[in-house]
Amino acid sequence: MANVTGPAEALDVTLLRKDFPLLSREVGGHPIVYLDSAASAQRPRQVLDAMREYDETTHANVHRGVYRIAEEATRRFEAAREAVGRFIGAPTPSREVLFSKNATEGLNLVARTWGRTHLGPGDAILLTEMEHHANIVPWQMLAEERGFTIRWIPVTDDGLLDLDQLDRLVDGVKLVGITCMSNVLGTLNPVSEIARVAHAAGAVVVADGAQSVPHLPTDVSTLGCDFLAFSAHKMLGPTGIGVLWGKEELLEPLPPFLGGGEMILDVRKDGFTPNDLPWRFEAGTPPITEAIGLGAAVDYLEGVGMEAVRSHEIALTAYAMETLRERFGDDLRLFGPPDPSDRGGVLSFAFRDVHPHDLSQILDQYGVCIRAGHHCAKPLMRRFGVNATARASVALYNDESDVDALADALAAAGAFFG
Amino acid sequence: MAGLEDLYREIILDHYRSPRNRGELASPPAYRVEGFNPLCGDEIVVTFEIEGEAVSDIKIGGSGCSISQSSASLMSAAVKGKTVPEVRDLIHTFKGMMSIHESTLPGAGEDGEAADPAEPGPPDIEELGELAALQGVVKFPVRIKCATLGWNTLAQGLDEADAAGSAP
Repeated sequence: MANVTGPAEALDVTLLRKDFPLLSREVGGHPIVYLDSAASAQRPRQVLDAMREYDETTHANVHRGVYRIAEEATRRFEAAREAVGRFIGAPTPSREVLFSKNATEGLNLVARTWGRTHLGPGDAILLTEMEHHANIVPWQMLAEERGFTIRWIPVTDDGLLDLDQLDRLVDGVKLVGITCMSNVLGTLNPVSEIARVAHAAGAVVVADGAQSVPHLPTDVSTLGCDFLAFSAHKMLGPTGIGVLWGKEELLEPLPPFLGGGEMILDVRKDGFTPNDLPWRFEAGTPPITEAIGLGAAVDYLEGVGMEAVRSHEIALTAYAMETLRERFGDDLRLFGPPDPSDRGGVLSFAFRDVHPHDLSQILDQYGVCIRAGHHCAKPLMRRFGVNATARASVALYNDESDVDALADALAAAGAFFG
Repeated sequence: MAGLEDLYREIILDHYRSPRNRGELASPPAYRVEGFNPLCGDEIVVTFEIEGEAVSDIKIGGSGCSISQSSASLMSAAVKGKTVPEVRDLIHTFKGMMSIHESTLPGAGEDGEAADPAEPGPPDIEELGELAALQGVVKFPVRIKCATLGWNTLAQGLDEADAAGSAP
């Protein structure tokens, strides 16, 4: 198990890093400096081991066989669901936690089930300008079909939601879609405050937790949203599995998402009867090994403590912001909230006039992995008048030496492009 | 491991810092076509005029990384004044160079993308002149799309010009 610390205690990153095999590799003669956890996090040995152990000892299809390993597999699969539910404070995990492919599929599920049965011509929904495409395009696709309109909460120059017009914007909308934490700016949005206003206006709230759930303590009851989607691979778990949490009373009347096995109670030649929650939304054989891995990732994060993760990342983000400002001054433009406590560990920046793609290429020569591009948030890119940004993001296994390596590599990139 | 000097040759940096034929021609009469690289958000706007058989003028707009911008700049200098069939040949040759398996390049080491069997055979890099400076891009497979963005955009524009030209 990971190094266990109290909330106020600093993480022992040196010790913790030993759990992550990939972080000991070298790239081009340099120790790897992994600063792209917002795209996908690295996995600790505990997650990798849990998946292998399951595959080697227990694997069978779930909810089907009556033999012993099938029963064990089902039990472990459902235990992972319980663990995830506990991790986000879900009141009844066994009915409210749905396994999806990733956060994107979870959001599509809401659009295709709740959206398709509740939205039509004359209706409106409200999104924010800082949404990931995953919380934009499913709604645009549905809007083309159903003929409702989409309104937008604007973003200020400081990368915060401009809530001055919220009352007017929310008036008459049936749904509000909001990211808990911007994958570009790191902005932590006041989801509970917006949810209160949205609920007063009669709207349901769909929250994108892909960036926040891996890095902050999450409790759906205080968050106030009705649906919350996130992905395992950004929270030390495997790819191929995500989670959609939804309030039971909202999920219960919804039609199925995909059709197939597992999601039915009965099929006749003249029709079918859908299964109960949560399996109604889990057609076909689910990602079982991945669910075991996600369960292990949740155990790992709980062992470290999400309060400790957040404290560590806030301190590291503050250090990074200060270091970059000191070393590069006006040569480096940082996007997003100036106060580290308003943001998660995601730093998008422009460095002189070096294109982010070139910057990322040069940093790679020093083993420094950052993301360059539009981060699947083109409306936000347009808002800031850029095609792309460079983005460094931290996780619990990063420390100040990673930030220093980033700064050194940036200095080298500056020298290279003259 | 391929070094940065393989990618960022001096002539590439020169075209990045001082792009040739920068801007946009009035359209119409010029043909105008936009290209996007969804991976990185690069955008290129190619405007060009055809007089008789020849691409008489061409301008490059948009913004992007050094590889996409310098490649488009080099392309504009190379195609200006050439006949449309010559430009098509050049596009073919350039894209051929971009699809060579990197192991066939001098100094190659690591694995790269396999050549697309649908792509043309080994091109005559000699005839590419300055454009040959971009061959090192093949060692950085992710950047091949950057280098070919302008070329694919121009090819699309020529197709549109052909379609428009064959119309009454």
